[in-house]
Amino acid sequence: MSAETSAIAGLRARGWAVDPGAVTVALVLLGAAIFLLIGCLRSATFAQYTVQGIALGSVYGALALALVLVYRATHVINFAQGELAMLTTYIAYELMLKGLSYWAAFAATLAIAFVLGTLLQVTVIRPVQHSVIAVVIVTVGLFILIDGIVNWIWGGDFKSMPSPFGIDSFNVGGVVISHLYVGMVIVVLASVVLVWALFRFTKLGLGMRAAALRPAAAALVGVRVDSMLAIGWGLAAVLGAVAGLMAEPSQIFLSPTLMQPILVYAFAAAVLGGLESPVGALVGGIAIGVSLTLIVGYVPQNYIGTELQLPLAFAVLLLILLVKPAGLFGRREVRRV
Amino acid sequence: MRRQIPALASLLVVAAVLCVLPFVLSDYNVSLAAQVGIFFVAVLGLNILTGYTGQISIGHGAFMAIGGYTTAVMSRDHHTNLVVTMLMAFAICFVVGLIVGLPALRLSGVYLALVTFALALSIPQIPLQYSTFLGGVGGVQSTETVSNLWIYTAAWTCSAILFVLAWLLLRGRLGRAFRAVRDSEIAAVASGVELPVYKTLAFGISAAYAGVAGSLFVLATNGFAQPSEFDLFLSLELLIGAAVAGLGSLWGVLAGAAFVGLLPQVSTSVPLIGAQHGRDVVFGAAVILVMLLLPDGFAGLLARIRRLARA
Repeated sequence: MSAETSAIAGLRARGWAVDPGAVTVALVLLGAAIFLLIGCLRSATFAQYTVQGIALGSVYGALALALVLVYRATHVINFAQGELAMLTTYIAYELMLKGLSYWAAFAATLAIAFVLGTLLQVTVIRPVQHSVIAVVIVTVGLFILIDGIVNWIWGGDFKSMPSPFGIDSFNVGGVVISHLYVGMVIVVLASVVLVWALFRFTKLGLGMRAAALRPAAAALVGVRVDSMLAIGWGLAAVLGAVAGLMAEPSQIFLSPTLMQPILVYAFAAAVLGGLESPVGALVGGIAIGVSLTLIVGYVPQNYIGTELQLPLAFAVLLLILLVKPAGLFGRREVRRV
Repeated sequence: MRRQIPALASLLVVAAVLCVLPFVLSDYNVSLAAQVGIFFVAVLGLNILTGYTGQISIGHGAFMAIGGYTTAVMSRDHHTNLVVTMLMAFAICFVVGLIVGLPALRLSGVYLALVTFALALSIPQIPLQYSTFLGGVGGVQSTETVSNLWIYTAAWTCSAILFVLAWLLLRGRLGRAFRAVRDSEIAAVASGVELPVYKTLAFGISAAYAGVAGSLFVLATNGFAQPSEFDLFLSLELLIGAAVAGLGSLWGVLAGAAFVGLLPQVSTSVPLIGAQHGRDVVFGAAVILVMLLLPDGFAGLLARIRRLARA
């Protein structure tokens, strides 16, 4: 603690504004990274669990980021985000059955997801967006509707899709790392970077950020706030589609309940990251992925088996809210009367 | 006093119809009416939470599961009287509701929705892990089973008792505090309402109601408690029931309970979509339509009609 405070004092002396909370968070993350690194160097099993955790965690992070995009813009959670991702994964499956190659289907699916997300925002969300409760209930309705439609069209049985990265694996010093995990991380990171670049470097992104932060002021300077919100939903659906497509090979089969547990992990990830922070969502996703994989891997089945993975994520969610409700990267909420 | 006469009259009408129903309906329809009664209890509880304090819970199916398993396990292991198990379900769910609600309620409503959603998905996993005590996928069978008429009577008696209890609780100080929290948390705090206490209390009460409903729900399925009965869909149904009900009206809660209690039965006979998914497709579409057309639920519709009639 004293080292930390002296470090802050040092930075302050050089004219940096430093938030002690942020330093603590950075130290905690650094500690976790060092712990994982030492573990990986000492045990190949540990390394394998860690790699798997990072890959699954990046999927949770992508879905969490989709939730965060919607939350930042309108302060509501889209409970149908996971089901939307599941639906788009089925669309990709159908496109591949029609003969498209994996990556062609992937690209087409992302485009469809964008249109679908935008359309949903315009048709069913916009009319009720004045009330948080109404929006939540509409997304719950969408959840059920999408679930029913997918079951109706494709049935509830398991489908299998071709694996995009093959079944080979790298062997790094005795640690077996499958191509799948590496591919998952790369695809998720690439799409996150693209979305980030869109927000950071384009005029559209600037408009979207303005619409999310100060809707009234943005409208006054000519930003079309409604369109920006709709595009935001579209982008969230695209990220969700990436999450769904990358989640499918890790679960081996495609089924209508594919994204339900993942949505809970994404909630935990988004809350851990602070619910407002895109970086936080991704870091939170990886943290949740790695810790769940390690816990389920190392704690004997009698105490915590795969059955308890979901309740465990729930407990983590409760714990974050109890200990650090603002999450790792969030700001404490200040409310005005 | 005069203001309350129409309310009392409608109460009496509902009570009279409910007394007559079992004599005119077939056994199957009695079971459907019992189903509506069970949902009435749960939706009433959720209405206290969403309607009076403005919080959203997507996890009340989890409390129904806890209540249902309480009844099934107590009946299996101790042959406890079924009515006593309902009281136990009420008490246990009240406590669990307080525990779950406490951390989430310190924050804004969205967090509570998140936590309860996770709860709804997590609770059905618990019996799978502790399968010796809670029966795993196969579930728990209570020793006693009851007839449809028994369920009907029990469900609507519970409804009546809990309705009166809700009325007694909400008409006074507690109800005022709840409504103050809903309308403006900051104004409520400024007027001396202790926010965490009242929000948690509302959550506990509504969880307890769901517990009783769960206990009845299990008895209605031949005393059989199973993880798959308490899936996420049940929780979503309850929230939808509360949304359809609207705020603080007996007729609203009745409409909400009938909506979620009967629609699955009705929609299974929809042509084209097929029995199994018809429920989900019709349900989802109906919910979205209701929210678009009647944002204040059935209670709001009634209020609008009343205003039109007066004008």
